[in-house]
Amino acid sequence: MSGVFKAVMGRAIIWLPYLWLLIFFLAPFFLVAKLSVSQTAIAQPPYLPVLTMGEGLSGWWADFKTFAFDNYAFLATDSLYWKGYLSSLQIAFISTLLTLVIGYPLAYGMARAPRTMRPLLLMLVILPFWTSFLIRVYAWIGILKKEGLLNQFLLWLGLISEPLTVLNTDVAVYIGIVYSYLPFMVLPLYANLERQDGTLLEAASDLGCNRFSAFWQITWPLSRPGVIAGCFLVFIPAVGEFVIPSLLGGSSTLMIGRILFDEFFLNRDWPISSAVAVLLLLILIVPIMLFQRSEARAREMAKGVGP
Amino acid sequence: MPSSPPKQAGAPSGKAEAGGSKPSTAKAVANFRKSFQPWLEPDTAPFIEFRNVTKRYGAVTAVDQLSLSIFEREFFALLGPSGCGKTTLMRMLAGFEEISSGAIYLAGEDLSGVPPYRRPVNMMFQSYALFPHMSVANNIAFGLKQEGMAKGEITDRVAAMLALVKMQDFGSRKPDQLSGGQRQRVALARSLAKQPKLLLLDEPLGALDRKLREETQFELVDLQEKLGITFMIVTHDQEEAMTVADRIAVMNAGKLVQVAPPVEMYERPTNRYVADFLGDINLIAGRVKSQSKGVVTLETPAGQRLRANDDGVDLGNGNVWFATRPEKLAISRAKPAAKLNALEGEVWDIAYLGGQTTYKVRLDSGEMVKVAVLNATIDAHDPITWEERVWLSCPTEGAFALSA
Ligand SMILES: Nc1ncnc2c1ncn2[C@@H]1O[C@H](COP(=O)(O)OP(=O)(O)OP(=O)(O)O)[C@@H](O)[C@H]1O
Ligand SMILES: [Mg+2]
Repeated sequence: MSGVFKAVMGRAIIWLPYLWLLIFFLAPFFLVAKLSVSQTAIAQPPYLPVLTMGEGLSGWWADFKTFAFDNYAFLATDSLYWKGYLSSLQIAFISTLLTLVIGYPLAYGMARAPRTMRPLLLMLVILPFWTSFLIRVYAWIGILKKEGLLNQFLLWLGLISEPLTVLNTDVAVYIGIVYSYLPFMVLPLYANLERQDGTLLEAASDLGCNRFSAFWQITWPLSRPGVIAGCFLVFIPAVGEFVIPSLLGGSSTLMIGRILFDEFFLNRDWPISSAVAVLLLLILIVPIMLFQRSEARAREMAKGVGP
Repeated sequence: MPSSPPKQAGAPSGKAEAGGSKPSTAKAVANFRKSFQPWLEPDTAPFIEFRNVTKRYGAVTAVDQLSLSIFEREFFALLGPSGCGKTTLMRMLAGFEEISSGAIYLAGEDLSGVPPYRRPVNMMFQSYALFPHMSVANNIAFGLKQEGMAKGEITDRVAAMLALVKMQDFGSRKPDQLSGGQRQRVALARSLAKQPKLLLLDEPLGALDRKLREETQFELVDLQEKLGITFMIVTHDQEEAMTVADRIAVMNAGKLVQVAPPVEMYERPTNRYVADFLGDINLIAGRVKSQSKGVVTLETPAGQRLRANDDGVDLGNGNVWFATRPEKLAISRAKPAAKLNALEGEVWDIAYLGGQTTYKVRLDSGEMVKVAVLNATIDAHDPITWEERVWLSCPTEGAFALSA
């Protein structure tokens, strides 16, 4: 009796994550996918057909026959969209590189700090999460605007004589993204670097390798899984970012997340914006799958080498 | 150092030497490896010199006021219980630990401030420290590449090293695809590859099976002969230390207890700690009665007189230990000759060990004494068995007195 119970429970625990995925990922995704093949309508909600339970399966079949891909066709015809995708990928890519360049030394310094200091440093990296993301992006407006803190500071230093226009440019978007996503880069890098076996560097040094060259031959290649994890964690959400380009970017800053937002809330064109979202997901599935693969490989590697 | 004559590889181990010593063992010690004893030559400059070296980790003193000289081409073994500071000593020499006080000299030069990568020293790590992202061959080649050695030469050297540790077929594997013993061999090969002036091996052979270990020991001695490398090796295997080392140091709690060649270490330990640490020892408490001409006579609490070598140490008239190795004692049913030390007791336990048999005899005075007898000398038809009354005996030269 209890054996059967245990077996059932064991199954249930294995299926729990799948159930989770079903409820919180697949179901919403199908709703969005369905929306993307529906038609705009002046109605509440603003599309047709609306899924209802009233008419049973036959009603669903009737709805199914009205589905069409013209929304996707429309995305292809209007250059705004593909330019938006490309520019998003480009901005996300450059931001990821910048985060890596800034985040790596940061994580390295943290991992090499005295053991007692590390929890404090880690805390400082996580601390910004304690305030709302939106508020922190708004704060950047205060820093970057014409009469903002940055310009005041630079004027006071005498480095510039005219206030710089930073806000509402791509530069502001880069600053915003790098700032916001830096912890996602630092944390996996730190986890990796901190775990690295210090005797490997001693061994390298023993074999005639100076510190600089030991870094490039030992530390850097061994930190690859951390670099890859950090880059994906920054790149994937950065592609779809809309708050930062909306608040900090200029009218010329094209990002697909922002286009999606505008379609949804300003144009009230839910089907088109759903199509934009589905396409974005399809574009991101490639890097997500690559990420999964490298994670699996990293786990294999991490099984450890010791006596 | 002036050219010293090559030593004999695979010289007899301390135990073998000890077994058949008829005349004064002190003489045997003096004759042993006469050809290579730089530590006895007053004008030979040491290759490595520790001067009052102390290493503290916070409140822990890992190495305590240690002074030691090691000579060029010497094979020096460090023995000691876990945590006594062996690894710390090596790490200071290799340059990974700051010295708290004192100094280390290598070929007459103070090593302080010299980074590890500038020291002509290679170390094999106790934890191996193999680079997990590199193949076995690349691990071994690593040090050679840093030197800027030519590609072809590197390939040859790596192949030679792989052959040396019998890993020819594993060059392209990653360390995590190897067994523990194979990793150990790769680590050894990597440290040997650069053929440095000084090699520090921290338990280099511990994970190997007996046969492979003995072969590798032989290879090490051979390498040392061929290349003139000075070796410092940590081991927990006493036989290994005796087999390969010119001198052994026994360490305890950060200090050197005794430094001596294997035979001397075994035959004439200077205190109970070393006597007990290296091999088996029987200790019987007594009080000094008289001392003359290198022989001390002592009396046990039961009133029995025993005579032992005093090694020229003035023992005063306090409490000392009568010490003798199991193989120095003879066991018999008949009472031994009067001039021998004789002890009476009952056989408590017998262990058959292939080549020899060990008897545990409980003396009438209460002490438990071990006797080792070569099986070839045992009467197979009427062997001494459990609970028999027996006599144990040893000549004066077979025993020594320890005051500490
Ligand atoms: N980094 C460190 N911090 C604090 N204490 C240390 C450190 N390294 C070693 N010790 C201490 O110093 C002492 C000597 O350590 P060491 O590693 O030299 O021992 P060992 O003789 O090599 O032992 P084993 O035979 O187990 O390898 C030990 O008490 C150890 O706990
Ligand atoms: Mg050790």
